[in-house]
Amino acid sequence: MARFDTLRLERVSRSYGRHRALHELELEISGGEFVALLGPSGCGKSTALNCLAGLLPLTGGAILLDGTRIDQLAPERRGFGMVFQNYALFPHMSVRGNVAFGLRMARVPKTEAAERTDRALELVHLTEHAHKRPGQLSGGQQQRVAIARAVVLEPRLVLMDEPLSNLDAALRLEMRAEIKRLHRQLGLTTVYVTHDQEEALSLADRLVVLRDGRTQQIGTPEEVYGRPANRYVAGFMGYRTMLDARVVATDSSRAQLEIAGTRLTGLDRDGTRAGAVVVAAVRPEDIDVTTGPDGLAARVEVVEYHGRELAVRAVLPDGQLVHFRTRERLAPDDAVRLAAPADRVLVFTADEDRTAEPADDEPAVTAP
Amino acid sequence: MSAPTTGARPALRHRLAERGVDRTLLLLAPGVVFLVLLFCYPFLYGLQLSFQPKDGGGPLADYRRFFEDAYLRGTIWTTLKLAVPAALINCLAAVPVAFRTRRPFRGRRLLTTLLVMPITLGTVLTAEGLLGYLGPNGWLNKSLHALGLVDQPLQLVHNYWGVLASLLITGFPFAYLLTLSYLTGIDPSLEQAAATLGAGRLHRFRYITLPLLAPGLAITFCLSFVLAFAVFPSAQLVGDPRGATHVISIEAYQAAFQKFDYPLGSAIAMVMAAVMLAVVVLVLAWRSLLYRGSTGGKG
Repeated sequence: MARFDTLRLERVSRSYGRHRALHELELEISGGEFVALLGPSGCGKSTALNCLAGLLPLTGGAILLDGTRIDQLAPERRGFGMVFQNYALFPHMSVRGNVAFGLRMARVPKTEAAERTDRALELVHLTEHAHKRPGQLSGGQQQRVAIARAVVLEPRLVLMDEPLSNLDAALRLEMRAEIKRLHRQLGLTTVYVTHDQEEALSLADRLVVLRDGRTQQIGTPEEVYGRPANRYVAGFMGYRTMLDARVVATDSSRAQLEIAGTRLTGLDRDGTRAGAVVVAAVRPEDIDVTTGPDGLAARVEVVEYHGRELAVRAVLPDGQLVHFRTRERLAPDDAVRLAAPADRVLVFTADEDRTAEPADDEPAVTAP
Repeated sequence: MSAPTTGARPALRHRLAERGVDRTLLLLAPGVVFLVLLFCYPFLYGLQLSFQPKDGGGPLADYRRFFEDAYLRGTIWTTLKLAVPAALINCLAAVPVAFRTRRPFRGRRLLTTLLVMPITLGTVLTAEGLLGYLGPNGWLNKSLHALGLVDQPLQLVHNYWGVLASLLITGFPFAYLLTLSYLTGIDPSLEQAAATLGAGRLHRFRYITLPLLAPGLAITFCLSFVLAFAVFPSAQLVGDPRGATHVISIEAYQAAFQKFDYPLGSAIAMVMAAVMLAVVVLVLAWRSLLYRGSTGGKG
């Protein structure tokens, strides 16, 4: 199928009664791009994908493919391939039957269909399993069938709904590389939904971070990872430590903070003013244990052994928690002093909305 | 040191448990008692009785009598003519209704309740209702007459159609409930996947839903058929028990309780069982050719 130039989502919304699952999503995807929709469960990412697939009608907005509205089209008329979270393989058909199904529906001539099916099976290394039923395959193999089935039609757009979430950790890494390879090899425009920020960062050309149905940030992996737009995105991108602080002074881009009676300098991301109540976000790997008299005094609470490093949770005198990684052999109840480079501390306004605490949403984030 | 020494066998209790023999088997006791007392014993008793004809002539005399008499033999055909269409119609009608009611919509619960309600009515009440509704002076004929659609009242009761209607009314809820549970056991994402692969409604039903539903439909058909084949009260009450709806159960009843020929009654009952078994075996043989594995859903 012909490649498209742009797919535009204009204020795409989906409500269930008064609950807004997706609120005015604006997005422009160009042909060949790999876009990841990222957020915790319930953020609206799967809703967005189902709206794109045509499995869920919009309650507002429009979807335009090269200027033509497609949001009224039935899923079978959109020509998009979809990989489902549970794979949704047809259990009564062989692997080959599953992969060939779309070609059969499109009335592709038999010999051509057989050829294309063979090629798709080869692509995902499943040729020798072609005669088996999905139930006889392992999770990773089923996953590959699902991908082959979606791409055999060379769809204009491939939609993937958390395709790796049912696999174990090792297989997940392997399949991730496989998806990346397929995307490079076939050049198919892909929209990929995940709650795993590592997966999104490693696969996508562009990320859309969602929360409660609203777009938080759209950008390249570098932009989203390096310059999160707000503290919610920061929390999702591995800024595990979120400290309540007060601004003492600001100059151009930096803010002097006071946290638990100690001074700390950070990058002012929201244009704060002296006296403002803010949140300082820091990644575990950006916090250093110092020997000097400066730095935040903290008491080690929990130590996890991670091989080369320890992952430590420490508590400040005022009860706030700090997460950091260190190679020093610390033990619970050790007293430490912590510091972080100013350009690694992001300062966000705190009054934005108290529910914005990432901990409330339990994003599946582990520090990379 | 408690490392298992080679050759030592685990305790008997563990070995039995491995084979599924443990105290939870006692949960089966009520079912087994029920089966033995209310099924096995009467069945075996009837079976041996059927080989002891009242008028002598060898153990198979009553069977011979049944099959040599065209009127008696004909009851099999009469009953099949009622039971097979009734079971088929019930299954076929249940599919679209179940298909739509498996997804939520306003008033679904009310509709489902209404659809299942006839189960509570019982055949006698249904028969009375049918007589009042479909009879020559019933609402249906009166309405049709008032609308000028018929001159003569349609003869809808005390014949084949009355019994068929009764079988449909009492049989549909079973067929519907069974079909519904089989349908909800099919993962809806399979149809969604088929849709994204370009399959329209009809193709989705033809290639995805129907093949996955077929084994369940076979079971539904068997149960509906067995229920309908044993038709008795409605054949008497809304049928034509001497003619078109002289079904096999009526013949068995008459032999046993009107002519007091228990052996003949038993023999007819055995023939009845054999016919049902034959149909069920046939359907299940067809079913064994189908895909019967997981359908991915919660069912």
